Amino acid sequence: MQTLIGKKIGMTRVYDADGVQVPVTVVQVGPCTVVQRKSKAADGYEAVQLGYGEQKEARLTKPQQGHFKKAGAKPAKVLREVRVAADEGARPGDVVTAKIFEGVKYVDVLAHTKGKGFQGVVRRFKFGGGRASHGGGWLRKPGSIGNREWPARIFKNKKLPGHMGSGDVTTQNLRVVQVLADDHALLLEGAVPGPVGGIVVVRKAIKKA
Amino acid sequence: MKTALLEKIEQSQLKEKAPEFTVGDSVRVHVKIKEGDKERIQVYAGTVIARDGGGANETFTVRRISFGEGVERVFPVHSPYVAKVEVERRGVARRAKLYYMRKLTSKQSRLKEVQE
Repeated sequence: MQTLIGKKIGMTRVYDADGVQVPVTVVQVGPCTVVQRKSKAADGYEAVQLGYGEQKEARLTKPQQGHFKKAGAKPAKVLREVRVAADEGARPGDVVTAKIFEGVKYVDVLAHTKGKGFQGVVRRFKFGGGRASHGGGWLRKPGSIGNREWPARIFKNKKLPGHMGSGDVTTQNLRVVQVLADDHALLLEGAVPGPVGGIVVVRKAIKKA
Repeated sequence: MKTALLEKIEQSQLKEKAPEFTVGDSVRVHVKIKEGDKERIQVYAGTVIARDGGGANETFTVRRISFGEGVERVFPVHSPYVAKVEVERRGVARRAKLYYMRKLTSKQSRLKEVQE
């Protein structure tokens, strides 16, 4: 299992060995505690439940308190499940740190994007819009959205204005520039979805080694 | 707001001795240039017309007139490619950004030297 829960800290730039600037996002990951080990026999699927961040015990309900107590783990702010193989060795109470990313070249980042509100098609779907001169008439409108007597309806999934952002996305194959195990931090090349301070899940890239 | 962690990472990227100069100075920037596996130094001389950003993100803009054409280059202050910045002449700048120099002829764009 090479996955951790973390927090987006912000962006800066660093210089690599050749002196070339690399834009990086600093992501604080872990330490995470294994709170529950779900198994095929008991739960129908194999997974590890990870906890991240400190939480006051008084802020938890009694059932939640019991859930953490059972694992011998400190109360955590965020819980996330990670699917694992059946032979995964993690036990409740184990602590996972950023060390697991040492030697890892690429990671995927899962996060909740910033909400953009109700947006038109130009911003939401990169439509070109109409022309300003030569009789224009439609600037940022979607234009024609269908035919006439046939099919007498608008097809489903037609790109139209609507709510944008505030969704769960995965950015794949971000290069790991540096692992700062002592600070529980990773430097990832390029941008990471979501606001600064947002919760992210970082895992070893599944499509690129 | 920058967190302590971000600050720490930026600190590690800074040069131990950052070059000292201000806006308005005439400088000679020694730029490392890589050609294959060889490295040489090229000097770019001009007037500093702006400093932007802070910490590891700080850059400065140097303007010069090259063959009658205005040229501006932006260098990161802490880049290892900027080997050295020599100050030739310290000019009096009454504002932080000297973008008005772009509109001036070379004679008008001379700056008074700082009197010690």
